[in-house]
Amino acid sequence: MRLGRALTAQNAKSMSNASSTRIDRRFKDLAVEGRAALVAFVMAGDPDLAASLDILKALPKAGADVIEVGMPFTDPMADGPAIQAAGLRALAAGTTLAKTLKLVADFRREDQTTPIVLMGYYNPIYVYGVPAFLDAAKESGVDGLIVVDLPPEEDSELCLPALAAGLNFIRLATPTTDDARLPAVLTNTSGFVYYVSITGTTGAATPDFSATARAVERIKRHTGLPVAVGFGVKTAADAAAIAAHADGVVVGSAIVDVLRGSLDAEGRATRDTTPAVARLVADLAEGVRTAARAPA
Amino acid sequence: MSQAFVAQNLNSYRTGPDDRGHFGVFGGRFVAETLMPLILDLERHYEAARIDPAFKAELDNLLTHYVGRPSPLYFAERMTEFFRSKAADSGAPGGAKIYFKREDLNHTGAHKINNVLGQILLARRMGKTRIIAETGAGQHGVATATACARFGLDCVVYMGSVDVERQKPNVFRMKLLGAKVVPVESGARTLKDAMNEALRDWVTNVADTFYCIGTAAGPHPYPAMVRDFQCIIGDETRRQMQEAEGRLPDSLFACIGGGSNAIGLFHPFLDDPSIEIYGVEAAGFGLHDKHAASLAGGRPGVLHGNRTYLLMNADGQIEEGHSISAGLDYPGIGPEHSWLKESGRVTYLSATDAEALAAFEQCSKLEGIIPALEPAHALAKVGEIAPQKPRDHLMVVNISGRGDKDIFTVADHLGGM
Ligand SMILES: Cc1ncc(COP(=O)(O)O)c(C=O)c1O
Repeated sequence: MRLGRALTAQNAKSMSNASSTRIDRRFKDLAVEGRAALVAFVMAGDPDLAASLDILKALPKAGADVIEVGMPFTDPMADGPAIQAAGLRALAAGTTLAKTLKLVADFRREDQTTPIVLMGYYNPIYVYGVPAFLDAAKESGVDGLIVVDLPPEEDSELCLPALAAGLNFIRLATPTTDDARLPAVLTNTSGFVYYVSITGTTGAATPDFSATARAVERIKRHTGLPVAVGFGVKTAADAAAIAAHADGVVVGSAIVDVLRGSLDAEGRATRDTTPAVARLVADLAEGVRTAARAPA
Repeated sequence: MSQAFVAQNLNSYRTGPDDRGHFGVFGGRFVAETLMPLILDLERHYEAARIDPAFKAELDNLLTHYVGRPSPLYFAERMTEFFRSKAADSGAPGGAKIYFKREDLNHTGAHKINNVLGQILLARRMGKTRIIAETGAGQHGVATATACARFGLDCVVYMGSVDVERQKPNVFRMKLLGAKVVPVESGARTLKDAMNEALRDWVTNVADTFYCIGTAAGPHPYPAMVRDFQCIIGDETRRQMQEAEGRLPDSLFACIGGGSNAIGLFHPFLDDPSIEIYGVEAAGFGLHDKHAASLAGGRPGVLHGNRTYLLMNADGQIEEGHSISAGLDYPGIGPEHSWLKESGRVTYLSATDAEALAAFEQCSKLEGIIPALEPAHALAKVGEIAPQKPRDHLMVVNISGRGDKDIFTVADHLGGM
């Protein structure tokens, strides 16, 4: 079994290496530029699909280098209150996985270069059907996947088929992922590594930046992939502090919170929704760009 | 991988799960990376503990002197007679001989304590000082709070705010035992949401915290570990029935929330092919309406760390169950039951709120035993099947808990008590 699995893994890996993705190209370009990527998270369909598309279109202009699009799920067990609520707003607005994929396709019609990573939980994908989902994701212009509840122990479910389909499979590494375990986590990871800066749910405590810097260094001893850091990043100053030692900064709950703050009493988008999100993202992008980069 | 497991199961239903936690296609370890090292560590410690005679001796001692085991296997004479006369009325001479496995007589009033003591001893071996748990009916929360009091451990229990309301006596008991009860306001504010919140706590407090799961579900190794701790129910039943009748029973009945009292009774009998095994899910208002019968009305999906039958919509979003019984109000089921359903070894039935209420009253009046609403679901199906069986048919129903916690709910429904 081990042998069979290792072989498939290798095949899958060489296949995805063969064609570099928008994610690979974006991180390579930014490395040349000498700065970290700003990775912005928004929940698909929050507060509705039309507003969501409007926000997605505004993100690259505001300075987001990579976009993570949340796939809403009723039971997001690794998310804090902000992203839980965003998911529930999206579901209440009728968002489904199929509509999330269509949202990406609509975005992709106007933007061929900004990488899109879908982030969420496995059940909606499993129910959609893995092969059908991968086809539709490719078709829609999705570049990578982050599926929170699929650790390397479950790679045969989605990770290996996704790599074989030419999508990046981005894995989370956490403070509990020790050196002994890191190789297992990194083996079938591609695109970038997402370092979760705290033990906790999204949007919780602000990380300890020096511990984060050491963790990024530790991960880089095991991989040549870019390392992005997320969970608890709230301000331009946080983003700058992390951009100093990481290849990417992921911001989610702070964006979702600003979005929520812009809604009317009934939870509907207002004229200020997209501009409010864009203002925060521009601010964060500024933080990333002014970061004093540690020499590589 | 699961090949070996499937092959072995041609002659045994008792060898699962495989080394990756799979019962056929069900089970597994679908958790966030932060938790993965923790469940691997738990698995290592559990594997060591289960073969350690000192661990077994300590657990056995507590089960005897603290819980009051073995729980009796009680001949329910008047209920037996009642169904025999019902059978006679319809012109059939039958009516099974009904026995109750009295888990309601355990300290804290339900089977939950069997599993909790096992897990708490394990937590102590692992040096964990803070225990978290989810609870629906509050029986698992009470059992956990009890064991934490006994061993001086911090205890936090997550409970949906709807359940806090409908199981008030248990909330008070937990507080009295020194536990902190956290009402969960997310989602449907019942058991599923309490489990989400407990997982969020665990992801946050990884160093000192042990998650004591209350049913045979969750990521591997929980389904197997909880089952092993609950198998004392079936092991005792085998012995006790031999003593009482000189042979094994002919059928077994248990209610199913996550499935721990059921798997604990069933598992030791799975390889006795002549024994009929019935699990009873909660059909709520009816299977065409809101219910909590994941096997009858659900499909395979992935939630709370394992693949199993779930109540969900076409998009894979989890749906809220409904049952009059808070302990059965969960949209999933332990993965081993999903596998036992597909393999055909166990027959899964369901009972509605109304059927369970009727059985609750009937058992109270016929036997002087007020069962919990959960096992009242199993009793409802006993009432249908016992009259059809011959008089020498030995039927065992797991009375998984006592009904004190439910008297207010029942009073609301039956009125004017
Ligand atoms: C008395 C009793 N029986 C049964 C259950 C259902 O759980 P399980 O299916 O794990 O036995 C509960 C849960 O709270 C309970 O309190």
